[in-house]
Amino acid sequence: MTDRRALAAARLAVRPIVRVAPPSAPERVRATTPPHAIRRRRLADGAFRLTSLAFALSVLVITGAIAIELFVRSAPARHAFGWSFLSTSTWDPVFSHFGALPFIYGTLATTFIALAIAVPLGLGAAVCLAELMPHRGVADALTFLIELLVAVPSVVYGLVGVFVLVPIMREFGTPIANTLSFIPFLAGPVYGVGLLTAGIVLAVMIVPFIIALGREVLLAVPQSQREGALALGATRWETVRHVVVPYARSGIMGAIFLALARALGETMAVTMVIGNRPEIATSLFAPAHTMAAVLANEFAEATSDIHLAALVEVGLVLFGITLVVNAVARLMILGVRGGDEVRA
Amino acid sequence: MRMRRDWMLLAGVAALAAVGAVRAAVLVNGAGATFPYPIYSKWFDEFHKLHPETQINYQSIGSGGGIRQVTDGTVDFGATDGPMTDEQLAATKTPVLHFPTVLGAVVPTFNLPNVDSLRFTAEALAGIYLGKITRWDDPALAQANPGVNLPAQAIVPVHRSDGSGTTYVFTDYLSKVSPEWQAAAGKGTAVNWPVGLGGKGNEGVAGLVKQTPNAIGYVELIYAVQTKLPIGSVRNRAGKFVEANLDSVTAAAAAAAANMPADFRVSITDAPAADAYPIASFTWLLVPSRIADAAKGQAIKEFVVWMLADGQKMAPPLSYAPLPQSVVALERQALDKVSVGNP
Repeated sequence: MTDRRALAAARLAVRPIVRVAPPSAPERVRATTPPHAIRRRRLADGAFRLTSLAFALSVLVITGAIAIELFVRSAPARHAFGWSFLSTSTWDPVFSHFGALPFIYGTLATTFIALAIAVPLGLGAAVCLAELMPHRGVADALTFLIELLVAVPSVVYGLVGVFVLVPIMREFGTPIANTLSFIPFLAGPVYGVGLLTAGIVLAVMIVPFIIALGREVLLAVPQSQREGALALGATRWETVRHVVVPYARSGIMGAIFLALARALGETMAVTMVIGNRPEIATSLFAPAHTMAAVLANEFAEATSDIHLAALVEVGLVLFGITLVVNAVARLMILGVRGGDEVRA
Repeated sequence: MRMRRDWMLLAGVAALAAVGAVRAAVLVNGAGATFPYPIYSKWFDEFHKLHPETQINYQSIGSGGGIRQVTDGTVDFGATDGPMTDEQLAATKTPVLHFPTVLGAVVPTFNLPNVDSLRFTAEALAGIYLGKITRWDDPALAQANPGVNLPAQAIVPVHRSDGSGTTYVFTDYLSKVSPEWQAAAGKGTAVNWPVGLGGKGNEGVAGLVKQTPNAIGYVELIYAVQTKLPIGSVRNRAGKFVEANLDSVTAAAAAAAANMPADFRVSITDAPAADAYPIASFTWLLVPSRIADAAKGQAIKEFVVWMLADGQKMAPPLSYAPLPQSVVALERQALDKVSVGNP
């Protein structure tokens, strides 16, 4: 008995039982691959990593180059006007007095109006398509059509705005302005073109973004969440309002900020319906101007250096505003994200 | 068999070389004003048919772009609706010469019910665009238009939102006839308009005027004729209400020819002649006075000579007014100032 135990102990001492895992796939490959092929694979992996890193960095480099170019080319205007460029309302190419305040106001006002119209509309449509439509076929067909709207060029929206929306605005806006003229927002002569018209056209352009992305995000909410709410006795509306939408909040906000970014930069559709008047008026029916529109209008024929530099500075301000808005958006999305929330 | 194939191969290569030699012809690049683009493209096409080895390429990027590119030397010639200023001329590497090519005019158009034509005095136009005259039944307009039923409605002035030669000509005229306008806005391709909505391009202004009741705007004569807009007549310096047409525009240029400066940089708005239309303008080619490439320089000079003779005949069918003979003669002389090749 002890001999067998002693023999077993001696065997263990010489050749201990070590649990060895079977070789992994890379190890099997490495074991069966000749050395020159291993080197080539390592080189290929390294090259692949470097190439994709170069592609990723190139986007940053291009954006940085744009920012630097805008900064450098706007130098004459920045030195001439300083910070008052952002607070002056005159835009006079003949006497070289430039101030971007009317354009900043126009851009922000049209974007705000567009969001005020598009967000409730888009969210409601997204909720309907994702939650309330019983027949998947109908919902899918509608979604396909709405996503097609995203691809329509903005000039087409501008044309429709000029020929359809402007006469309607004039027809319905004039009695409203006449009866409610004591409200400053609704006062003044109604030309048809103006801030409100541009806001409505922009809203129609950005609603498909909100609907398409919002629907995707709402569909990605796990069914267990809905079932849990319904099991607790919530109605359909309460489920959507208190469980599904808050769960998808960061994704929905991402969709809204994507729409916001498009509205900030929209040029052709806006310049056709906004009236192109660099003036700040309180009325929604008054004509206005935006930064993108003034760049599109005046850049080609600007002859004096200071005029060009002022236009480039308007471009720099637009670039800066877009960056700031997007940064705020990202921070807000990070702020509300936590736990098992849906990604944007 | 093999010999024949070799000969065919040699013939094919020779043919290709010959084609290559023809294609290695003179290519001249120009850029600038959009207003004369239709007549320029017709001219360059016809000139190429007459001189197949010469190809003139023109990009209508705007007068500002034309001036910039000819200053930097990136194009062989430029084109502009407004003459270069002294500062712009000083910034060029080689001195640039102006050569008038055709004449254009700017006409007022309006949208009033049951009114086909209106007469505008200079004070009326300036007052409307300054915001001083705000209603159609203002005495300044009513006096010039007896018998016309002008409504007691607010005027909606429309102007160009983009920089353009049309605005330059119109504001040049307003600056001459109204010192108040000169002080308030001045003249330029883009100005600080005291009142009014902005439309992009001739089509934007015309569209806004057509759609907005009681609106008034200004467009190129050719555009107004082709789109059949109601056109107003303007009172000239001699006191006559003149409608814009090819004759009245050419008359405006002929009046200026008497005192033509040597560099042709003259404004012919508010011309003194009896039949002259007051809001007319030359449009110029910008040619460097020293062209190093002999072939290109020769091609440009030949084109200008041809343009002053046969090219002018092609202008009226396209609704451009041709240059008066006196100006053509002066330009032929001025062409000698362009020196070609390395001396």
